[in-house]
Amino acid sequence: MKQSFSDKLSSGFIAVILIMLSAVCLYPFVYVLSASFSSGSAVITGEVLLFPKDITLDSYKSILAKDGLWQAYGNTVFYTVAGTAFSILLTICGAYPLSKSRLRGRTFVAFFIAFTLWFGAGLIPTYLNFKELGLLDTRTSIIVGFAVSAFLVILLRTFFQSIPDSLEESAKMDGANDLQILRHIYLPLSKPALVTVGLIYAVGKWNSYFWAMILLNDESKIPLQVLLKKMIVEMSLNEELTGSMNAANAMSQETFIYATIIVSILPIVLVYPFLQKYFVKGTMIGGIKE
Amino acid sequence: MQLNSPLSEVKEKIVPANRSVLAGKLQSIKTIVWRDKYLYLMLIPFILWYLIFAYKPMYGLQIAFKDYSLFKGISGSPWVGFENFERFFQSEYFIRNLVNTFMINFWGLIFAFPAPIILALLLNEVKNMMFKKTVQTITYLPHFISVVIIAGIVTNFLAPTNGIVNIFIEKFGGEKINFLAMPEFFRTIYIGSMQIWKDVGYSAIIYLAAIAGINPALYEAAKMDGANRWKQVWHITLPGMLPTIMILLILNLGSFLEVGYESIILLYQPATYETADVINTYVYRAGLQGGNYEVGAAAGLFNSVVSLILVVVANQLSKKMTNIGLW
Repeated sequence: MKQSFSDKLSSGFIAVILIMLSAVCLYPFVYVLSASFSSGSAVITGEVLLFPKDITLDSYKSILAKDGLWQAYGNTVFYTVAGTAFSILLTICGAYPLSKSRLRGRTFVAFFIAFTLWFGAGLIPTYLNFKELGLLDTRTSIIVGFAVSAFLVILLRTFFQSIPDSLEESAKMDGANDLQILRHIYLPLSKPALVTVGLIYAVGKWNSYFWAMILLNDESKIPLQVLLKKMIVEMSLNEELTGSMNAANAMSQETFIYATIIVSILPIVLVYPFLQKYFVKGTMIGGIKE
Repeated sequence: MQLNSPLSEVKEKIVPANRSVLAGKLQSIKTIVWRDKYLYLMLIPFILWYLIFAYKPMYGLQIAFKDYSLFKGISGSPWVGFENFERFFQSEYFIRNLVNTFMINFWGLIFAFPAPIILALLLNEVKNMMFKKTVQTITYLPHFISVVIIAGIVTNFLAPTNGIVNIFIEKFGGEKINFLAMPEFFRTIYIGSMQIWKDVGYSAIIYLAAIAGINPALYEAAKMDGANRWKQVWHITLPGMLPTIMILLILNLGSFLEVGYESIILLYQPATYETADVINTYVYRAGLQGGNYEVGAAAGLFNSVVSLILVVVANQLSKKMTNIGLW
């Protein structure tokens, strides 16, 4: 079909808008990356706009030297790996039985879960609950306390339901029980859905900071995000208080923070192609319609 | 009274029959439960988790009606009725924070809510698949970045003395502005960074999925009738997206009072409280930092109840007006 002039014009206009939007989304990353490889003085005087100036690895060297940072990094990796494993296990425990329409009491359990989506106890009772359970300042609180997302249970359940019943029926004829059916039929067939659910949990755990900040006091247990938050708050306080008086300090601090940001988002950027593929899938499977 | 005897006979017959039906039912429930024993076994840890980490805190909500003391514990503390609520409603923060919550949501609804819809519509008009994919990949990326890092970038960019924005302002002869300390800029900064920049690409994917589900025959028919691109968008694409738009709108209203307090506490400071402080940030400060647990719990309960009412009302309204609802 021939495109009219006005069609071409609007296509061009749309392309320009989309390119501008992409630039806005991408620029902060490019800037942070360039600034992390530049000298503090170049960043502070505004010489770094797109490409690094006075290229140096100083910020990365000082990161390597900082113990707390590697400890926090290790903690984040541990919370993400252990937490995701535990979350997936519990999510399967909930999603699989709930996917069986023959299960007595299913509607009740489904309501029991969905209710928590619309009504929560709030910050204080949640905090006091951890206190009563003796979980304050423990790694367990981070791994176990926020293990299940009702949305992901629903998503996985929907996926399980899409697997034809005939597979289960024929396995039952052969004398398989429910656990064997789950292990040998459902789980292998649900790999894409399990990867999606796992990735959503993992990204959430990697990025979470709020409850870790509240529940953990011990410096040796805090994850990367909490440490980063402390550094950023410290820096802006410094700048408020001392202004340009303490420029040298601010200089190294700023590039140091940029380098820390790069190190902390690196794993996410590396798995981003998978993330994108599976998250889009998750959006399609679960549908928000449910 | 001849009728009486057959009736009582019938009665006598019914009662034992009832009993055996009941026993049979119990028996069949037993067999059903036994049949699905593994499924129930799997549910046990799952339900236990919900009881301990979601429902037990709800039991703890009673401290909103109590004079909570750490030593007496949740159940041992004395009841005080609505005293904590009165203290919360009468505090100078209540009205201010309620207004702030409303305003942040209102501007979010005006600017952040339509943004991904517009992006999806624009992407849908792109014929070059490579270009479309690239734009999607780039705009989707910020969704995976933690709010701490976004706040860090925003704080650095807007820093009063050497942030890049102020360096630019100075270069063009302007006066440096301490954005993050000025109440009038808070909402723009928050909605711009945490709602639009972070999530526009992510939410657009949901709408694109909705657009993909529209029957292509509708477009063919419209073209036959001479509808141009704009008219097709208006009369086919948008109505096709309506269910998704309505559901996201209801979900949005359900989290009305929740607003992103986790990201607000990263960006606000005492100087901007007058526009930035919302109910949950107050709960965080007064309750968790200040140790005023019972007023914090009362404020939190107020939040939860109003949110629940809002989502139910929004759902009913949407069902009435568009026949679309969550349940």
